[in-house]
Amino acid sequence: MERIPILKMGRFLLVTIQVDMHDRLALALQDDLTARITETGARGVLIDISALEMVDSFIGRMIANIAAMARILDAQTVVTGMQPAVAITLVELGLDLPGVRTALTVERGMLLLRAVLHAAGELDQPSAADEGLDAGPAD
Amino acid sequence: MPVQRTDALAVRSASDVVAVRQLVRTRAQEAGFNLVDQTRIVTAASELARNTLDYGGGGRATIELLTEPGRTGLRMLFEDEGPGIPDIELALRDGYTTGHGLGLGLGGARRLMNDLRIESRPGKGTRVDAVRWR
Repeated sequence: MERIPILKMGRFLLVTIQVDMHDRLALALQDDLTARITETGARGVLIDISALEMVDSFIGRMIANIAAMARILDAQTVVTGMQPAVAITLVELGLDLPGVRTALTVERGMLLLRAVLHAAGELDQPSAADEGLDAGPAD
Repeated sequence: MPVQRTDALAVRSASDVVAVRQLVRTRAQEAGFNLVDQTRIVTAASELARNTLDYGGGGRATIELLTEPGRTGLRMLFEDEGPGIPDIELALRDGYTTGHGLGLGLGGARRLMNDLRIESRPGKGTRVDAVRWR
């Protein structure tokens, strides 16, 4: 079955949804992400939806579920790039994504994740590992 | 209301729901709806098509481009031969669901469209008629 790729960048997982997802694909992403958080011990999940032209109640629920499951697995979730028309429609539909952090761009989403972990005392300073760079063995 | 163009699609699988969304997007663009209205209509189409599939056991969608003097509209009909909706007022209420969803589909779709009517006969099926005018 078709799958949405999940990239690992340091302690974060990164997902870019670029296809018009049918419901099974959305459910598969939810399962895959939860499994990857556990496998990798990731502390943050960034989901970029800038290519999504629509978020209906099903996809909205998937996003809220991912954030809730990630939180239980000790990871923070940020959703980035929501188009204004999508945001307007989502609120009119009656979904407000409780507990989901958002940022306008991937860059700001990464900063937000780092700030949240930093505030929790998890990150002293942005490290090379968080940039997804191979810094080699630590001294 | 004069119908300028009609398309009919089967709603039998999750990928049919995606096909309905894509067709509705194209027709809404052709009708000249702005981006926010296109998004409202496509989102309503997705909710209604999913209902047809999940609760009606599948059915069909008919998309019509309407023209009246001075205005253009898009009409979406979703029909199934499923179990029907015993209490339509209850089904339209936010948070009410007999399935596993959030219960926002019908009520949400009604907010996103200008007009939404439901006809349902228990044991015979359901027909949802939704229109948005430009």
